Amino acid sequence: MRVSFQDAKHLISLVGLFAAAVGVFVILRAAVVPAGFGKYGHYRAGAIDDNRARAVKFAGQGECVYCHDAQLQVRDSGRHKTISCEACHGPQAKHVASDGKEKPAKPDVIPLCLNCHEKDAAKPAFLPQVVKADHYTGTTCSDCHQPHNPKM
Amino acid sequence: MRKTRREILLSAGKYILLTGTAAAGLESLTGTASADTTTPASDGYKMADHWWGMTMEVDKCIGCGNCVRACSKENDVPEGFYRTWIERYHVKEGDMEHPTVESPDGGMHGFPPTSTPVDKSFFIPKLCNHCADSPCTQVCPVGATFVSPDGVVLVDQSYCLGCRYCVQACPYGCRFIHPTKNVVEKCNLCYHRITKGLTTACCEACPTGARKLVDLKNPKDPVHDFLRHYKVQVLKPHMATHAKVFYKDLDGSVR
Repeated sequence: MRVSFQDAKHLISLVGLFAAAVGVFVILRAAVVPAGFGKYGHYRAGAIDDNRARAVKFAGQGECVYCHDAQLQVRDSGRHKTISCEACHGPQAKHVASDGKEKPAKPDVIPLCLNCHEKDAAKPAFLPQVVKADHYTGTTCSDCHQPHNPKM
Repeated sequence: MRKTRREILLSAGKYILLTGTAAAGLESLTGTASADTTTPASDGYKMADHWWGMTMEVDKCIGCGNCVRACSKENDVPEGFYRTWIERYHVKEGDMEHPTVESPDGGMHGFPPTSTPVDKSFFIPKLCNHCADSPCTQVCPVGATFVSPDGVVLVDQSYCLGCRYCVQACPYGCRFIHPTKNVVEKCNLCYHRITKGLTTACCEACPTGARKLVDLKNPKDPVHDFLRHYKVQVLKPHMATHAKVFYKDLDGSVR
């Protein structure tokens, strides 16, 4: 049987070219693909940390109990017991971080109450609802209803 | 110069073997092998221990818009765009195919009152369903959006091209292009909060507990009782997206 690769030297330049192309590919890929890409899947692993890195604005109910126990006891004895403080008082992470020095703004009472309690056919029956024109008698909701425990 | 069939087959086998070895070598060189997710981050959060989702009790939603406002504040959502929103449905008796749906400003400022109880009406809160088989992540040409190892559909905003493929791919309309950053923006399930042990901003602000963040991998999470005892539904189940937002008491007219 004759040797198949008797003219093998013709192939050397081709092999060299192929090796060079692979080299260029590896270098280019290293330069273009960002660090951590493919660690967990077809994405940059650092993106998970980017999403985690943002600042929290709502401190969470767990923070409120440290200082405002009295208000929470009032809330827990009434029908507003499922509502977290920040649902009405807004995001308070700054208030917590500054040890209470950063004061939250007082809520705008009438629109705040009406967000939930304005009469609407789509609202579930368990929710007390009022038609503002029929119910409202002049001043403001909190004159009659204590907002933390709203029974009369 | 003629080769026997045996020789051709043998050399072909050698080449196939060599190509495979080379590919494996390249993969280990460039580090594309999958990493383990059980190693905790510096603060002790382990991705492998969580699989996040949400439950919605439709009958508890009062359409107050607290979730939309809280989300907007927590995540600096640009005006006129919503990561979560509320829809108000009106369904004429028996006409399931043609519900009237309204969502003025995403429900952020509440809804104009309706007093006529002629139609059936109710509120539906919506957000990204954090699908396990998400169509949106599959179409991304550069890997800028993905399902994280703990089951949250995240966006890599520093890598996103703004090509809008994912906006079209999402069957739930949960994505939009940020008007100034020109990259895609969506609900990330308050990833910066839930990985610190807090709940999402929308769940924190919901006055009735209609929406609750759940961890499907936590055996003590009440979600397991919820899914066992109630009749639940996901949105657009026919899309087979493996959505992880479970709606209780969902009406058949909801799209």
